[in-house]
Amino acid sequence: MSERSLRARVTQEVAEVIATRRVGAYQHITLVAPGVAELARPGQFVALAVGGETSGTLLRRSFSIHKVSPSGTYGGTVEIVVSAVGVGTRWIVERAPHDTIDVVGPLGKAFPLPTAPVACVLVGGGYGSAPLFWLAGELRERGCHVEMVLGAASEDKLFGVVEARRSSDGVTVTTDDGSAGQRGWVSDPLPEIIDRTKAGVVYGCGPMGMLESITRVAEAHGAVAQVAVEESMACGVGVCMTCVMPVVGSDGRTRMVRSCVEGPVFRGDRVRWDAFDGGHARVPDDAVGAPKVGGH
Amino acid sequence: MVDLSVDLGRGRRLPNPLMTASGCAANGKELHRFFDVADLGAFVTKSVMADPRSGRGTPRMAETPSGMLNSIGLQGPGIGAFVEEDLPWLKSVGARVLPSIAGSSSREYAQVAATLRDSSAFDSVVGVEVNISCPNVANRGLVFACDPMASADVIGLVREQLPREIPVFAKLSPDVTDITTIASACVEAGADGLTMINTLLGMVIDTDRLRPQLGGVTGGLSGPGIRPVAVRAIWQVRQAMFEGRLPTVPIIGVGGVRTGRDALELVAAGASAIQVGTAVFNDPSAPVRVLRELCELLSAKGFERFSDAVAVAHGR
Repeated sequence: MSERSLRARVTQEVAEVIATRRVGAYQHITLVAPGVAELARPGQFVALAVGGETSGTLLRRSFSIHKVSPSGTYGGTVEIVVSAVGVGTRWIVERAPHDTIDVVGPLGKAFPLPTAPVACVLVGGGYGSAPLFWLAGELRERGCHVEMVLGAASEDKLFGVVEARRSSDGVTVTTDDGSAGQRGWVSDPLPEIIDRTKAGVVYGCGPMGMLESITRVAEAHGAVAQVAVEESMACGVGVCMTCVMPVVGSDGRTRMVRSCVEGPVFRGDRVRWDAFDGGHARVPDDAVGAPKVGGH
Repeated sequence: MVDLSVDLGRGRRLPNPLMTASGCAANGKELHRFFDVADLGAFVTKSVMADPRSGRGTPRMAETPSGMLNSIGLQGPGIGAFVEEDLPWLKSVGARVLPSIAGSSSREYAQVAATLRDSSAFDSVVGVEVNISCPNVANRGLVFACDPMASADVIGLVREQLPREIPVFAKLSPDVTDITTIASACVEAGADGLTMINTLLGMVIDTDRLRPQLGGVTGGLSGPGIRPVAVRAIWQVRQAMFEGRLPTVPIIGVGGVRTGRDALELVAAGASAIQVGTAVFNDPSAPVRVLRELCELLSAKGFERFSDAVAVAHGR
């Protein structure tokens, strides 16, 4: 990892909720967090504490940053999209305007941006699309042609279709059940879009299986995949070592690296997809320091 | 102003009793973004072994009531990279360092200690913590701290490798029938102090998939939920010291400390220094916040010296 990424500035602030609204299956929350808003780049995330100083739910929940407004009416704001699936996320979506949440961020590495105005395809699965609209804006400012593919199991689990039409030069929607857009997976229309736009980069955000398939499609069609992973994290700041995954380094060797500081954005072809299986990531036998027979 | 200085043994004094806990703070750079790691009494690094180690597969953690279960498996760069990169960096920012060392054999512990001793930044080291109690090893029989003879063997070999002025702390497991016999064996073998407690062995089942939630199946339980176990272990060993069953040596208290009040609880039970571990995951600046809260609490209770509060609950 580079020294620069570790020294990247970060802040911890008690953020006031100023807006919260239901969007399909998700909750879209706006927080006053001027420190984070000033520093953040697309692809980075925030880690939210759950339930106040004496809460028995100790571990922070991490969310990729949907949008920042460094100089809003209320001071800088940060927006996130939350899917309430457990105790922690339920507490977060239940916060009302003027409630506060302890926020640490921005964390992790941002999406790398191309130096030349190449065409890019941005692929989001479910609310994984959250950071892609901001990214699309930055890419178009650089003269890149941007197309988006948004996919989900069903229509209510899509996020940002309208915003995608505003932020990009073309949008394709897929759902597993055909309730919106074309029936199927995001990887289905991807080959045609890459070929037609001569895309150089495919950015992806969503579940691991989807990231693996868009990496394979991108590779087969001559594009580089940059994927933001969703690993479960305890701290988000690089100290707990729980969010590791096997990734090939620039020296060609595989290491178990922290997705919170070395990621969450990785080049898709560097991720050892072969090691992921049903919610587990095993340590590949050829990884640096891999267990010998008998395990650790 | 309360005098917060503490005596670690062998003439080592620290300006205050607050430390990070091994494995909960990485090796300093990450938390230095939130507070100056040189403000701590000592920075305790992640347990390091002889060679680079990948650790276990994932999932590596499960949240529990007021805590968490982890199964990292001592992932680390190996002692060579530690003394070339991590220790010099900690020295460069003025940190006092308490490296935690581990091994899969007593010989490996000694080898790690020797490499540490011969390293260029060793003058930043104020003591060495010997992790004989990590629960995340494939064979639970390898947990040295469950056996007094095995514990004594490791501590004796490490003690031989280190200069006289460097205190050695044995980090103990609460998962034993009588922690005072292990403590006693370690002190007799040359430990200058004890760190109590490491995590408790635990397990969580994922009830959606009906399988163990952790990739490593079992893991170490930590967080505020285990604080009463830490208080009990510190109390029992300190009591044994009062009764002359083992020599009186400093105890570094660790286990579920989240606030200054929690720290005072361990101190009153007999701890001469305090480590903050899992609470860092909730609040990255917890160690310096706990120090500030502890200082205010001691002052409010009329203590002029931190050392006067150590073990104060005994005999009350």
